[in-house]
Parts: sequence; C-alpha cells; structure tokens
Amino acid sequence: MDLSFSPEYEAFRKEVAGTLAANAHLAPTPDDRGMKNSKRQAWQKLLIEQGLAARTIPTEYGGYGAEPDILKSRIIAEEFARTGLPRAMSNQGISMLVPTLLELGTPEQKAAYIRPTLHGEMIWCQGYSEPGAGSDLAALRTAAVSDGDEYVINGSKIWTSTAKQADMIFCLVRTDPSAKKHEGISYILFSMETPGIEVRPLVDMTGTANFNEVFFTDVRVPKTGIVFAENKGWQVANATLTHERGMLGDPNATKARLVELVELMKTERVNGERLIDDPLLRDRLLKLQGEVYAMQANGLRITTHNLKKESAGLAGLIVKLMGCELNHEIARLAIDALGELGIMYETGEHLRADGSWQSRYMYDLGLIIGGGTAQIQKNIIAERGLGLPREPKLAKA
Amino acid sequence: MEFALSEDQRMLQDSLSGFLKDAAPLDTIRKIATGDKSSAAALVSGLDDFGLSGLHVAEEHGGLGLGLLDACLVQEALGYAIAPSRFMATTVTAHALRNSGEGHLPAIVSGAMRMGLALTELSSRRDGAGVSAENGRLTGTSLLALSAEESTHMLAADTSGSLHIAQTPDNVAMQTIDRTRIFSEVRFAGEESAASLKPDDEVLAVARLLAAADTLGAAQAMIDKAVAYAAERQQFGRVIGSFQAVKHMCAEMASRLEPSRALIWHAAHALDTGEPEGLVMATLAKSHLAEAGTFIARTSTEVHGGMGFTDLVGLHYWFKRIGVNRQLFGSPEQCRHDAARLQGWLEPA
Repeated sequence: MDLSFSPEYEAFRKEVAGTLAANAHLAPTPDDRGMKNSKRQAWQKLLIEQGLAARTIPTEYGGYGAEPDILKSRIIAEEFARTGLPRAMSNQGISMLVPTLLELGTPEQKAAYIRPTLHGEMIWCQGYSEPGAGSDLAALRTAAVSDGDEYVINGSKIWTSTAKQADMIFCLVRTDPSAKKHEGISYILFSMETPGIEVRPLVDMTGTANFNEVFFTDVRVPKTGIVFAENKGWQVANATLTHERGMLGDPNATKARLVELVELMKTERVNGERLIDDPLLRDRLLKLQGEVYAMQANGLRITTHNLKKESAGLAGLIVKLMGCELNHEIARLAIDALGELGIMYETGEHLRADGSWQSRYMYDLGLIIGGGTAQIQKNIIAERGLGLPREPKLAKA
Repeated sequence: MEFALSEDQRMLQDSLSGFLKDAAPLDTIRKIATGDKSSAAALVSGLDDFGLSGLHVAEEHGGLGLGLLDACLVQEALGYAIAPSRFMATTVTAHALRNSGEGHLPAIVSGAMRMGLALTELSSRRDGAGVSAENGRLTGTSLLALSAEESTHMLAADTSGSLHIAQTPDNVAMQTIDRTRIFSEVRFAGEESAASLKPDDEVLAVARLLAAADTLGAAQAMIDKAVAYAAERQQFGRVIGSFQAVKHMCAEMASRLEPSRALIWHAAHALDTGEPEGLVMATLAKSHLAEAGTFIARTSTEVHGGMGFTDLVGLHYWFKRIGVNRQLFGSPEQCRHDAARLQGWLEPA
C-alpha cells in the first residue's frame, strides 16, 4: 500500500498544473453553449496538443500519441478537478465510437472519423435501444435490407441523446432476420442527414429533452459503413457497452457533489440554525460521507488492478450500481435539507443552486435505469461476480 | 501509487485463514460458545504461535512492527472464523502505548501481560458505571469490557477520557447475544494505575476500526455461506440462486461489502501514515461496516430460508457477532456524531 506518487509523476503533475495555469484564460465558460461552439473546439484542440485530451490516441488520427499511463490520466483528471477548469470534451462519439474504431474500424473509417470526432467537429449519436429492445438489447428489430451497395433501413430507436445535433450515427441494425438473435445484428455508421430520418425530442421528467426518438423510413445507406463485419455487430457493441458502464458512477464526481452538499448544509440556515446543526440531517450527511469514502477507496483499488492489467472483479462490477445510487441519495438529502424551499425549480428568487439538486435527483434516477438498469447490474454481479447460475431459458411455446 | 495488499500481507492473511479453517470449525466455535474452556484455550494457544500479541508493537520493543492495515487483516480473519481472541485488546493497547516508550510493551509481546479493554464509557456511560482516577488509583466499574476474563491487566478509560493500565480487578461475565466472546463488568477497587495516558482520539478510532474489520470478516463469511447455499438448494425444480429474487439479494450483499473492504484498507493505511483524514475515515468505517454488516446478517439469513433461523446451521453465531460489533465502542449514530465533531462540523460558524 503506497498512495504517494513517484518523483516522475510529481514532476508530471507540476507540468500539467503549469499548462493549465498558463492557458486558463482561454477556457470556455458556461456561456459558450452548443456542442460545436468555436471556443470549446479551440479549447479541445489546445488540450489535445498539450496531451491533456485524446492522450493515448495515435497522432495519425488526431490524438496526442502518448503511451497509455493510468497514473498520468489520473493526475490529469485530478488537476482539472483541482483547478475547476473545463475538462476535455466527452461525448458518445469520443468515449464509445473512437475506441471501437481504433480496435475494429477499417483504415478508411479511422481516417475519416476519428480526427474530426476528437476535435468536436463531428458529433455522433448512438442508435442502440428500441421501444421493444431495452434491457434485452439483442431483441432489436430495426431492419437493414441489402440492396446492391446499400442497405435500406426501416425501424426506430429511442433514448438517443444528441440526435438533434449529430452529424452521424453509430447504429445497431438487424441484417439477418433468420439468424439467432445475437447473430443477425450489424454495427453500422451513417449520416444523420440521409433522407428518411426523423428525430423527435423525448422530453423527460426533468422537463428537458435530454433524449430523442429516431425514426427510419426507407433510409438508404452505403454498406461501407459496416464496422468489423456484417452480422458481427453484437461483438462490436459489447466492446463499447463495457466502456459506457465504466463512465457511470465515477467516485470523484460523487465526491465533488458531497463537498457541495456539505457546503450547502454549513451555509444555509433555517430558523437561524445551520442545516448541519440539525442532528437528523447531520447523521444522514455523515452516513453518505462514509459511503463516498468507501467508493473512493474502491476506485483506488480498481486503478491499481488496471495498472497491473488484472480484472478488478467484484470491485469493478458494483461501481455503476452503487455509484449511481449514491449520487441519487446525495441529491435526496440536499432536497430534504432544503425542506420547503427544496421543491423550487427552474426559476424564482428563492431557488437554490439553480434548482440543480432537483434536476440531479431526477436525472440520477434516469442513470440508475439507463446504461443497464440496476436490476440488470445485479444479475451481472451475481452471475459474473458470484458465479450464480443464469435464469433458465423458457421452453419455446 | 499502489492500493493493494503486499505479498507479505496476503501471506499473513492466507496462513491465518488456513489455520482458523482447521482449528476453528463451527463445531469448535459451538463448544467455545457453550463454555468449553479447553477448546478456547487450545485455539488461543494456536493463535499465539502467529506472534499476534506483538504484531502492532515496534521491533525495538520485541514486536513485529506491523501497522494497522496488517492488524485489520488479522481481525478480519478472526471475524470470518468468529474466533475468540485477545488480539483486539492487545492491539488497541499497543497502539495506546505507541509513543510512551518501552514500558509495558515487551511484557505484552511475551504474553506475560494479557490485556483486556474497558473503553465502553468513552462512548456511553450509564447504570452508574464510570471509572475515576484519583491519586494514581482507579475506582468504579466499567461495563461490557472486552477480554477481561483471564487477563492480567486492563486498558481502562476514566471519566475524563484519560487511559490507564491497571491490574485486572474483580469482574463478572455479562451475557450478550454473542457467545463467541466474553464481555464483563469490571470493578476497580483502588488498583494502581501503572501507566496514565492523556485522552487520545486515535485509540478509540483504532478500537472502532478493528471492530469494523471483524464485521468485514464475519459479513464476508455470511455472504459466502449464502452464495454457496443459493447455488445448491433446490426448490421448484431449480437451484434457488437462479431466481432473480434470491440472486439480487446476493448481489446487494456483495455490492455493499466490496467497497467496505477498500474503506477499511484506506482508513488503516491513513492512520498508519499519519494522514489527517485517518481519524474520520476510521470512525466512519465503523458506522459504515455496522450498517453494511447488519444488512448482510439479515439478508444472508433470509437467503437460507427457514434453515437460517435454526441453531442447526449455526448462521446465528455470525449474525450475533455482527450485532455486537455494531454497538461495541459506539453505535453507528454515535460514531457519525464523533466523525462530525472530528471535522469541526459541530461548532457554529
């Protein structure tokens, strides 16, 4: 057990801190809205040039080209957290499509898509879930029928975030309806400007359209968009799903929320008393602090497993389930602590923290469900982590 | 940066667990729990061969010079096997004496001094209990003292929070739900304080951390038993572990305990390296493990169905060990209150 960093890494931390300090004035602000905002794109370009974004992606594809180093990545994340400067862009194209293309894309696909995606010039959306294929993703039915050099796509997708802004989609379609359900799926890339695509915003409980529905009617797309091979889309998708779950439940983000909650409870007063002086609320706060400590320590343990290229086992499998639940509980306490004023939302002079605790409370429930529901996570933990048997398949009627 | 156990630590854990698996099967624990002194003595003398009494004593005083992380691994193994042991009392005392020079340490290492712990009144004082120290002599009672029976000396807290080492006075056993360990009422009647130490938050934090580590082990044992039972027991023509209702109970137990393990390691390491957050982490580790442990104790029992409720399976010994650890050295609420105090959250701004 040694939680210190060697001199090499301490020097690296200084270098990162220096780069961030020297360029802080160029950082976009919350007013720089939109996924293709020029200031945000310029910041992303600068971060890539300095090795603070797209760090391990080869230079030929527009990355920085460094050797993978988990500790350096960790130090970079810590320095962004410490300075509060906006991090590198993170979207589904960067975090899910790029790793997939690096592993399985054709040379043409890599050359065409990775660089503009990393630089925030090409936005992607993910076409996985369908109205009839949620937890049972492999039941998807959106059909791609071969016609010469093209497929003709019909069907619909749901839970598609950034579909409105997206230039391109990476999409799962059924190319062989007669094969077993996992074996007739293909992973295909195509333009969202193709005729026959309709995007309808899906307003969720937060009042915002964080997601969309996407409808395909006789959408003709080139076959060159297939990644890896026709009917091998399930393997391709699985590579990226692992990645998505890894993104949810980051303990450092949870820690930041707890710090905000502590600050709220130390400054907000009811009947002249600080919220933290209420023993019942304080007890709940300390309970959550214990859980945050545990998830942070669990995160350190996972980092070490990753460094040694070992599986983190149960410690890794539980992160999405426990992390998302903890975020939700932190928001719940913030709302309870605010009491009557905790119900204010969106606008008003008595609103606290822009109403963010209410929107987080609701959005976090969405994350408990999304990216593999809590119940699916428990199946995975029990089956892969504890070795319990799968549910027997029902005999065909 | 490495957040993992060392090779030596894994070996310590494996060899101790291996020994306990053979030396403390459930039959032996049953005998001990029903008052068989010779079984208890045999187990204790076997454990002595591991040098546990000097584990957390500096090498210059004859000990192994190992830290609290190692101590937590030992306590976890003892909790897994629900074995009786003086280890918790010895280790807390060694920690209390860590800065006080040679003093009693060699005698503790050699086993000439066998320690008990009378710290209950640091977190709650009631029924007229409380030890006072006047002119270097202790009077008054302490409740639920740990390992007092057959000890030679006690580490006892007085009502001002100062700690003393004194000869073990008259004591009577107090019957708790947990029969794997003996708790006592100790009655000081003017015993001399052989060492007097200033109030020290770290001593209570260490006692709490070890109690948490004991729960970690006991709770892991209960998960292992539940998973094994779920994978074997058949109802409706299939093993019950293939039903999601049962599977999810097992997943919930594992999900609560796995981060708790990392928390114990981190808290112990933080105290070992003098990180300022160590006290808060150890205190919250106690309350956190109390909550996770209680959840696992009931859930594992439920996974076992009716058999879990019987004496036959013996699961209740683990259930009760976890139940006692939950209250020992302060309830979860008390620990959380103390953690708030340690962070300065109780003082008005």
